[in-house]
Formats: sequence, C-alpha cells, structure tokens
Amino acid sequence: MTWFKKKETPSQADKSADVLWSKCNACQEIIYKKELERNFSVCPKCNYHFPIKAQERIAVVADEGTFTEFDSTLAPVDSLMFRDLKKYSERIAEAQQKTGLRDAFITGRCEINRLPAMVGVFDFDFLGGSLGSVVGEKIARMVEKAIDEKMAAIIFTSSGGARMQEGIFSLMQMAKTSAALSLLRRERLPYISVLTDPTLGGVTASFGMLGDVIVAEPGAMIGFAGPRVIKATIKADLPPGFQRAEYLLQHGVIDLIVGRRTLKATLGKLLGFLYQ
Amino acid sequence: MVKHYLDFEKPLMVLEREYEELQRFAPRNDPKVSARIERLEKMIAKEREDIYAQLSPWQRTHLSRHIDRPHTLDYIHLIFEDFMELHGDRGFMDDPAIVGGFARLEGETVVVVGHQKGRDVKDMGYRNFGMSHPEGYRKALRIMELAARFKKPIITMIDTPGAYPGVGAEERGQAGAIARNLREMASFPVPIIVVVIGEGGSGGALAIGVGDKILMLENAIYSVISPEGCAAILWRDGSKGSLAAEALKMTAADLLRLGIIDEIIPEPLGGAHRDYHVVAAHVKEAVVRNLGALKDVPEEKLLADRYKLFRRMGTFQEK
Repeated sequence: MTWFKKKETPSQADKSADVLWSKCNACQEIIYKKELERNFSVCPKCNYHFPIKAQERIAVVADEGTFTEFDSTLAPVDSLMFRDLKKYSERIAEAQQKTGLRDAFITGRCEINRLPAMVGVFDFDFLGGSLGSVVGEKIARMVEKAIDEKMAAIIFTSSGGARMQEGIFSLMQMAKTSAALSLLRRERLPYISVLTDPTLGGVTASFGMLGDVIVAEPGAMIGFAGPRVIKATIKADLPPGFQRAEYLLQHGVIDLIVGRRTLKATLGKLLGFLYQ
Repeated sequence: MVKHYLDFEKPLMVLEREYEELQRFAPRNDPKVSARIERLEKMIAKEREDIYAQLSPWQRTHLSRHIDRPHTLDYIHLIFEDFMELHGDRGFMDDPAIVGGFARLEGETVVVVGHQKGRDVKDMGYRNFGMSHPEGYRKALRIMELAARFKKPIITMIDTPGAYPGVGAEERGQAGAIARNLREMASFPVPIIVVVIGEGGSGGALAIGVGDKILMLENAIYSVISPEGCAAILWRDGSKGSLAAEALKMTAADLLRLGIIDEIIPEPLGGAHRDYHVVAAHVKEAVVRNLGALKDVPEEKLLADRYKLFRRMGTFQEK
C-alpha cells in the first residue's frame, strides 16, 4: 500500500478492455460483456439491473420480429426559445446526435408471448427521459390506437420528470396522457406500467402511477419528488431504501417487483389474465 | 392600507405611508396639508403606473405569492353563499392545505375545491404553505366525485408552491394521488372551471387543474417548476430565479398566448391584495359567465371538448 495515491489516467489498454468488460455499478464486479448481454444486462452476481436503451427493452419483452414502430417522425421543437446555460435547440440536437433518436420515447405495436399490445418505452439517454410534448403526443396516440384496435397498453418508464425547457407544455403532458388513459379505462382495456430506474416527477405523477397493474424493476428509484429535494425540505436523513422499488412495494404503492429475466413471462401472464 | 410591500414597491411605500399618516393625523383644515395630500395623490398615481404597467415575470412571481394576497377561503366567502366545508380523505387525515365543500353561487349548488395558504406564521404552518400531502388530493377527489355523482358544477382554485416533498407524502403515494386526480377530472360529467388565483406550482397545482375553462388572475403564475427550482437545476444557481421566470413563460399573458388558459381575470392596480372586494367581484363575474356558457352543453360534448382541450396541448413537428 502506498501513502500517496497516484491519479490514474485510463491507458490505451484500459480502453480496449472497456469493449470486452463492464463493471457493475452496484457491486463493482467485473463482468464479461457478452455474459451481461446474455443476462439481459443484469449483474449475474448482485442482480443489479443496468439501464438499457429503449430498443433493448423492446427486445427483452417483444416476441422476435413483431415490433412495428409508430410515429417515428415526431420530433421536438423549441417553441419557447428556451435558453438556460445552453439553448434548448442545441440540447435537442446534441441528444439526437448522441442517441440516434428524435426524442426520449419509442412507441409501437408488438406481441408478448403471442398476445398483442401497444407499447411505449422511454430512453433515459435522451435528455434524462424527460417528459416533453413529443413524449406526451406519442403516448396519447398509442393509447388512442390501443382503443381503436382493442388492445392493452404498456408503458416502460425511466425519466427524471418534466422537460423544463418546454415549460408549461411539459406540465400539460401529464393531463393529456392521463386524459387519454381515462378513455382506455372507460373501454375496459388494460394498462400496465413498468417503472424502471429512475422514474420521478411528472412521469410518476401521471401515467407512471395509473397502471391497472404497476410493475417495477428491482432496485428502481421511484418517486414524485427527488431524494435531494426531500432531504433539503425536511432537513433530515432519509430512511434506508427510501423510494426504492422494494420500499414502495412494502408501502403499498406498487403491485409487483419483477426482474428483467422474467419480465416478458410476467407481462404475458398479466395480459392473459386481463384480456377477456 | 397595504401591510406588506415588495422590494420593487419601496418607492411607492414611502409615498403611501406619508399619505396615510397625513390622512389620519394631520389637521384637516390646514391648506399646507391639503396641498401636500393633493400632490401625494398625483405622485402615488404616477408611481403606481410606473411600477405596475410593466411588471416582469419575476415581480409577478412575488406578487402571486404576496402574503396579503387573497387565498381560496377569502374568495369562497366573498363569492359564494352557504359554504359548507367537508373534511378528510377517509383514510388517513384531513389535509388543511386543501379545502373544499358545497356552496351556493347565485342560488345554484356548486362544489368548490382549492389550495389554502396561511396568512400568519402559525396559520402558514397549519396549512403547510398550501403544499398538500396525498390526503389533500384524495380529499379533493372525494369531494369532486360527489359533484360528479350529484351533478353539480365544480370550481377549483389553484394556489400552491407544489405538492409537499416529504417522506410520508412519498410513502403514502403522492404521485399516485395526483395522477388519479388528473385521470378522474378528465372524466367527470359536470362542468369544471379552474381559476389560478396565485401560485400554480407544477403537478401539485395541476392535480386540481383539469377542467373545461382555465381562468387565471392577472398576476398569478403557472409553471412546470418554480423559477428558483428551475434556476438551481438548469443554471446551477438558485439565485437566478428571475432568468428562469422569464424563460419559463409562466405569466397569465404568456399562457393565454400559448393557448393554455382561456381568460385573464383583471386585478386591481398593484395586485389582488389591494382590494379583495374588487378582485372577488371580477372572479365571480368570470366564473358565473363561464359556467353559464357550459350549462346546457350535453355531457358527451362537454367531455369530448375537455379531452380536446388538453389533447392539443404541446408543440412538435413531424418530419
């Protein structure tokens, strides 16, 4: 052991190692990437659920080759000309560049163990999965399609909450999506929400918590206010495990915690129960 | 007499205080005093024009939170007759941050629900600064469901910094309580008039804000996040609230232009707190008129129109 720790800079060798190996964010275990992929991006040692892209999520739950995407041309606009330290239009362009997506949400139709469903999936990498007009519009459209085609709707969330750069429009997506879900409910069609890490703010406080059945991934942070805001408000430490899926299950806020490896089977089963 | 002045009103305060003192204590027949009073009246009028003609969003933010501003119960007592407050969520507690009950408006039974802020230190604590726990939203839902079942119109008044961010609130399902209100308000088969009377803070405001007509007082604000909160996140500096207030487009004029609200209700010059009776009369007139227009709309059309109202909110392109 040395008294002074050298500041480490990643060498060329480390970088190439990154292609083959991943480190678990929870238990620090070094995992062979191929193995991680085979295991649905779940740490084989500690069951930590790595964040996954929207497309990967679809691959986890949809029967192979059954997914058809809707409304892929919907794209955000900076209608408020919002500028904080950076222009919103620049943030959009950067996020699109980084993710290859137009916005933070993908919708489409697929089959899950041969049962049809409309699905919508967040991609957290796009501006923190924030709820903007495009996300709200895509949800409204997918729910309306679910009504037209008499199908269930399933939404997989991962979001920091509102997209502040869209101001009041962002807030109103909560009302818009909840109103659409009220129509689905009236038609007695099932809606399942699957909450993944993290799901916060306006996303939780609208379609996130409106599922006929609410499923969460293990360890997912789920809440209305973020833990930092709560801590600053109450000026005290938060209870251990606070706002994690397991804590919420205990408090009666969600129905089920389902690991990614059995998610597809569980959703198939639920659809089987709910479809008449 | 105005008790509390905001920073940008300080020049006006000096004049108004002198005016009030002269009015109260100076000898009536002294021509020097009369001359001074006359001159002060002119100066005050001009100062008011100067200050209030061009309020910035940040200044309006402070006006919307003004400690003397009329709150929900003030409006209820000035506008309605026979208000009977109902209490409790039937599960955990009565949340004083939201009030609601039956009342009469020009003889007709209505249901009123609103956030309630406190006025003095003790009352503010009791009302939790108008920040509701899930029980407040559940109480609101319960009372509004009565309205839906017994076919009474609903009037809601929005005035909250936001839903309370606390441990118990999260444990008892704050997000779910708000979400269910949004969904259910979209489907109540009775007219719903929403009035933003002060601070419209985020999801906690919207939780009683889904309706057929959205009215807003001239100096009220309505936003996805408080300007201070937004500044802390996007500017990484909570003191940049004035910049965030500009950027968020949260004033009544902005929201009317953006198609979010239907109507701006005028306030007395200087803000609602300067004349409760005048502002309450304006609110009453707007509520009665809008309710009248909705009265004979068939249920199905009412619900379809309400859906359309929120369905079209949002901006995007298809390319």
